Amino acid sequence: MTLERLNGIKAKHYDLVMVRKLVAEEGAKLAENTAYRKQVLVCGGTGCTSSGSKKVIAALEESLKENGIEDVLVVRTGCFGLCSLGPIMIVYPEGSFYSQVTPAEVPEIVSTHLVPGGHPVNKYLYAETVHTDGSSIPLSETPFYKKQMRIALRNCGVIDPENIEEAIACDAYQALAKVLTTMKPQDVIDELLAAGLRGRGGAGFPTGRKWAFAMAQDNDTKYVCCNADEGDPGAFMDRSVLEGDPHALIEAMAIAGYTIGSKQGYVYVRAEYPIAVERLRIAIDQAKEYGLLGKDILGTGFEFDIDIRLGAGAFVCGEETALMTSIEGHRGEPRPRPPFPAIKGLFGKPTILNNVETYANIAPIILNGSKWYSSIGTDKSKGTKVFALGGKINNVGLVEVPMGTTIREIVEEIGGGVPNGKKFKAAQTGGPSGGCISAEYMDVPIDYDNLIEIGSMMGSGGMIILDEDTCMVDISKFYLEFTVDESCGKCTPCRIGTKKLLDYLTRITEGKGTVEDLDKIKELSNHMKSSSLCALGQTAANPILSTMNAFYDEYLAHIKEKKCPAHVCSALLVFEIDPDKCKGCTLCMHNCPVGAIRGSVKKPHVIDPAKCIHCGLCMENCHFSAISKK
Amino acid sequence: MYTFNIGETPEQLAQFKEVIEKYKEVPGCLMPVLQETQGIFGYLPLEVQKAIAEELGISLSEVYGVATFYSQFRLKPTGKYRISVCLGTACYVKGADKVLKRIEERLGIQNGECTEDRLFSLDSCRCVGACGLAPVMMINDEVYGKLDPDKVDKILDEYMKGGEENDA
Repeated sequence: MTLERLNGIKAKHYDLVMVRKLVAEEGAKLAENTAYRKQVLVCGGTGCTSSGSKKVIAALEESLKENGIEDVLVVRTGCFGLCSLGPIMIVYPEGSFYSQVTPAEVPEIVSTHLVPGGHPVNKYLYAETVHTDGSSIPLSETPFYKKQMRIALRNCGVIDPENIEEAIACDAYQALAKVLTTMKPQDVIDELLAAGLRGRGGAGFPTGRKWAFAMAQDNDTKYVCCNADEGDPGAFMDRSVLEGDPHALIEAMAIAGYTIGSKQGYVYVRAEYPIAVERLRIAIDQAKEYGLLGKDILGTGFEFDIDIRLGAGAFVCGEETALMTSIEGHRGEPRPRPPFPAIKGLFGKPTILNNVETYANIAPIILNGSKWYSSIGTDKSKGTKVFALGGKINNVGLVEVPMGTTIREIVEEIGGGVPNGKKFKAAQTGGPSGGCISAEYMDVPIDYDNLIEIGSMMGSGGMIILDEDTCMVDISKFYLEFTVDESCGKCTPCRIGTKKLLDYLTRITEGKGTVEDLDKIKELSNHMKSSSLCALGQTAANPILSTMNAFYDEYLAHIKEKKCPAHVCSALLVFEIDPDKCKGCTLCMHNCPVGAIRGSVKKPHVIDPAKCIHCGLCMENCHFSAISKK
Repeated sequence: MYTFNIGETPEQLAQFKEVIEKYKEVPGCLMPVLQETQGIFGYLPLEVQKAIAEELGISLSEVYGVATFYSQFRLKPTGKYRISVCLGTACYVKGADKVLKRIEERLGIQNGECTEDRLFSLDSCRCVGACGLAPVMMINDEVYGKLDPDKVDKILDEYMKGGEENDA
């Protein structure tokens, strides 16, 4: 591979791919230069695949064939972001956005829209993209996309991730070429430092400094590692990059290899992500075939290769030293630091480890310059952040916003608010290491430092929205159950501390807690913070501390009044039958496993609170909504 | 070569041998060896772990230590249909616990167990990343989303009827 050939491939596919990036009018001009009248992009990310996009593609191909249409290109892409409306399909050049497409709808879309002279089928389009008069609104103007800025996700949902030539047409490997031919390793580091890029995996350490430490080590063997062990429940940012634009990662790891002086990279990826693993494997093979990995890359004599290692379902392996221990083939237990990985990492050699999203930011910084990058974001947090938005929110999906965007903008504008008219209660960020951000902080600009100040943390980017039906004690208990499960057991403060914290919380949710327990939780949390070996134990108490801080009354209600205000903690619920609504059908009585309900046919029934075990079966089975919990 | 007395076929033994040969010299190969071996036999019986230890020149305790550390490795056989209920945060706040409870009731087994006829085994997992469809479960490689207890019943009915190809 030479630079000329790389540019040749880019030129060959440029028009084809650019049609998908431009607004309708200009896209139409470009479309004239390609062999295809129209292009149909169907999301093949995990979300849309799970909701049936494979069948949509099959139906599409079949229907096109039946109609004798050959000048429409069908492309399976990565994630578009709006996962809750999947399967998603976009038709270019006009940019018509079809949501929740079923195979049954496809023939009508083909015969009405994809035939020559056709027009979009409005009733199947995403409602936000259609004016009341039937004219269409560009996707970039819809509330979900308007405030987004896509840097890390620049090619997700744009290219076919299994076709390296489409990636090249979108500038893949141009940054590597620039680095190898015009920059010294120190130049790369200077550029990253000036850009202000901080690690997207959680703690936010400056990426340039990390690389500089490893570069300074005098050693023939060094390693470049990528953490794709995205274990936070509810976080799927890294997976989407791997599924939608794997070359962004490969290119950035090669740049890292050149910078620190390494020939070998490892990607440690969750085995729970089969689609991502498969696409990454294909991308690495294609990069090797095109001479963009391997020996003498772009004729510069630089050599770099990447291997994939699969995780096996251990959350602690997201911690950097545990991850390296796992790649070495051992139990994924963390090691004390120092020595830091940059000095003594994988197989005892100097190693850098970044997560997928961090790497996905490298090429744009190299190509567009640090000045451009540092103009985005806040004072101390530059660039954008990808969030996986989930939980009680209308637009569940993947969003990328400039640092400094507020929770309110994400929840109310991009996320489309909380469903069913419920009230926003809190946003959970940072997973089991993070905390809950309550409504009073909704207008705080999101960046690394602000989130820590308000008791949470950036984490890798999971953002779960909680509404009034969520009990904050119960959600803390949920996270502690998780950390108890996932604590590796190597150090005592984490192994025993997490278990003790869970015991306290369980007691509180059962109405057996005391106010003194809350003080003990705080004390134990501080010990765990200062004495646990790795971040898993050091941060395990964060979900409790942050909710105790913002929702102290809710803890007190469980302890003093023996009530769960959100009606979640079953031991504290009281079930009652409304005599006016009860028809005396006896269904509840028959379903009660402990015989706590009495009554005769066609007469109101009564629950004996002394016998009731709060299982809720009576309420589930009542056809007349006569049973309520309090 | 080896015999394990677990009802293995000669093909499985040949595949196992290939895996060992492929990785024998690779540094840090224990994890991929265990993963691919589990892919062949469906789980990692003790006899197989002994063979891996011998072939790779490491102690059985190290193999067993790794096999029991990671939740993905199974030391017992699984059902024909492996049900895995996602208990990630997004699914949890949308009622994954009720989904799990209904499956336990229907199959008469607890999380982590296998039915007597080896048709179903039940597990929970932490986030398959299909949060847009929460709550979700997987049966083998098929993802089922936007579940509630009633939907669970229908899906299980299909599988009980032997509807392997169903796609609810």
